[in-house]
Formats: sequence, structure tokens, C-alpha cells
Amino acid sequence: MNAPKKHPEIPGTIVFDGEMAMKGYALNRMCYSFNSAENREAFRADEEAYCAKYGLTEEQRDAVRRRDVLAMLEAGGNIYYLAKLLGIFGLNVQDIGAMQTGMTVEEFKQKLVEAGR
Amino acid sequence: MAKIVGAIMTSHVPMIGRAIANRNLQQDPYFKPFFDGLHPVRDWLARVKPDVAVLIYNDHGLNFFLDNLPTFAVGAAPVYHNADEGWGLPPFGSFAGDPRLSWHVIECLIEDEFDIATCQQVVVDHAFSIPMLLLWPDERPVRTVPILINTVQHPLPSPVRCAKFGRAIGRALESYEEDIRIVVVGTGGLSHQLEGTRAGFINKAFDLECIDSLATDPSRLTRYTSRELVALAGAQGVEILNWITARAALEGAVREIHRNYHIPISNTAAGTLLLEPLAA
Repeated sequence: MNAPKKHPEIPGTIVFDGEMAMKGYALNRMCYSFNSAENREAFRADEEAYCAKYGLTEEQRDAVRRRDVLAMLEAGGNIYYLAKLLGIFGLNVQDIGAMQTGMTVEEFKQKLVEAGR
Repeated sequence: MAKIVGAIMTSHVPMIGRAIANRNLQQDPYFKPFFDGLHPVRDWLARVKPDVAVLIYNDHGLNFFLDNLPTFAVGAAPVYHNADEGWGLPPFGSFAGDPRLSWHVIECLIEDEFDIATCQQVVVDHAFSIPMLLLWPDERPVRTVPILINTVQHPLPSPVRCAKFGRAIGRALESYEEDIRIVVVGTGGLSHQLEGTRAGFINKAFDLECIDSLATDPSRLTRYTSRELVALAGAQGVEILNWITARAALEGAVREIHRNYHIPISNTAAGTLLLEPLAA
């Protein structure tokens, strides 16, 4: 059997592949549950208990506690699922874009406008 | 026999949903350049009057989780409900299906060696509902067939595989015995990346290359790998796979009816492209 192919790194990007999917399964499974409003309420009511119920690793738990998106990604979170958790925290994709790149939201929005010029 | 009347490619950025829910926003300078680009497409739809829309898109963690994630899937339900995705976009109701056509497509694709997953229930997300409402803002005059491509978890299907898949979809549709008119819709893109320290990445030159290639010579895009598309178009810009698939449903040369490209809507370079088969 051939060894899995090694792929070149893409700067600033964690490609969500089998390795990350295994690593992030518990976190992503919890986030998937947030498609239901009732589950979002349950998370808000008792965050620690909700994370425990889904068996998050300590690394994942800590990243969630700190609202640290880059750490959630490192811990195997997939952005499509994380978006549901981040919505509970009142963060949209532009807020998290700013957080991940160390900009203010206004700076991040301006950067996008400038990409069109 | 059924006839494919054209292919429409359009972005499905969730923020567009805001301007669908509140139409006044469509005149706002932020949204106007994108919405203005839809008028020629709506005029074309009013003229060609398709009976069915086949939507080629990617699920964003609404219908599929990582426990069971098909690379390619085809919906075969009488109705598709848009549902709560968790982060605040209000659902836009339900869309009529065409299970008989769906099963015809499923039969043909498997005969054609595409071993797709078949879904008698699909909850459709913004990648389905937003394009539907952009194309038909007031009425829902078409039946729909959802075709889903995995762009969530790598390995993703390659561009060349998606082009072959799209061609097989085209053959399947064209072999349907009913006299219906079908439009194929590829949703998503263009360049964008939501996550990582490269969040906010946009690649205008590559987007324009994609639009040109799809209009004139799609084989230029199928030389890339999906990983290369991530590098060039961003982690979510890889949704161009849906456009490649939709384009490939049209056989042979095409006529470009309309294109529009605008940066940004939210974190995304937003595009629209309408192609008609030359033979039409």
C-alpha cells in the first residue's frame, strides 16, 4: 500500500483532512448539535456541562473557554461547524476574521474592500 | 426529451440573505453592485422559463456531519426544507422537488460509474436557498434537484473528477424522456477564506481566470488539484468545484450571456455567470 501523499503547506491555512477530522471529532460533533436552538440554549445555560457531555479534549475545552478561534482550529475544529458555536458568542465571520488576523473589525473590512481594487 | 437551457453560477454568501430578507438593502452601495448583476439573469430566466433547477452545491454542516460524509450525493425528495444553521440566518421556507427526475439522474449516474449517495431527505442550507431566492425572488416556479459535493473535509474530489461528474449529470438530464427545460445552477465561491491567519484572503486575478476559463475553455481549470485550488482561491474558494461541475453539464461550446464580479460581500469575492449551450 502506498503511504499517504505529502502535500505542500499552504500559508496561514490548516487543511481540514483526515488527521484533523479525527482530532476534532468531539468538538465538531458538539458544534453540529448547535443547529438546534434548544441545544444552543443548553450550552448557554451550562457551558462546562455541555462540553463535558460531548467529551471535548482539554485542548478543545480550553480553546472554547478562551473564545480562541485559532486554537479551536489547531484542536481540529472545522470552520463550518465552529461557525455555529461562534454564533452563540455573537461573532460573525468578519469578527472572527479580525480576531484571527490581529486586526480590528474595521481594518479587516477595509482590507477586503481593498482586495477589489 | 428534456433540454438543458443553460448554466448559472452564483455566490451563496450568507450575508446576501440579509438583503433578501430586507430588499431595501439591495439598493445600498454595499450590496447594489452584486444585486444589479442579477437582473440580466432574471430577465433570461423569464424568457427561457425553465421547469426544473438542478442545484450543485456544498452542504455546510447542516444536512451532513462527519460521521457520514458523501463525496457526491443526490437528493430525491418531494420537498426540501431550508433550516436553521445555528448562526442566525432565518430559514427561507421550502422548495419543491422532482423525485422522478432525481431517480432518473441517480440511475444514470450509477450506470455511468458515479457511485453517489442517494438521499430521500435533505435539509438544504444557504448554499441552496440563497441562489434560489436570488434567481426567483418572488415566486418558486421551478422544481428542484439538489446535488451535493463535499468541500468540507479533504480529500475533496479533484476538478477533473468534478468536470466528469458534471458531464455525467448533463448526459443524465438530457436522456430524461419528459419534455422539460432544465437549468443547472452551480453555487458558491469565488475566492474566500474564513479561517486561519490567512482569513480574508481574496485572489481577484485567479477569480477572473476562473470566470474566463469556464466561459471559454474549462479544461484550463481541470489541470489543478483541489489542494491547489485551496492555495489559489482560499479554503472556501474551493467551492469553485460546484461551478466546474455545473459548467460541465453543458456539452461543447457555450455562449456567455452575462457575467458579474464584485469584491467584497462579507469576506467573499462575489460572482455571477450565465452560460447557454451554443446549440440552444
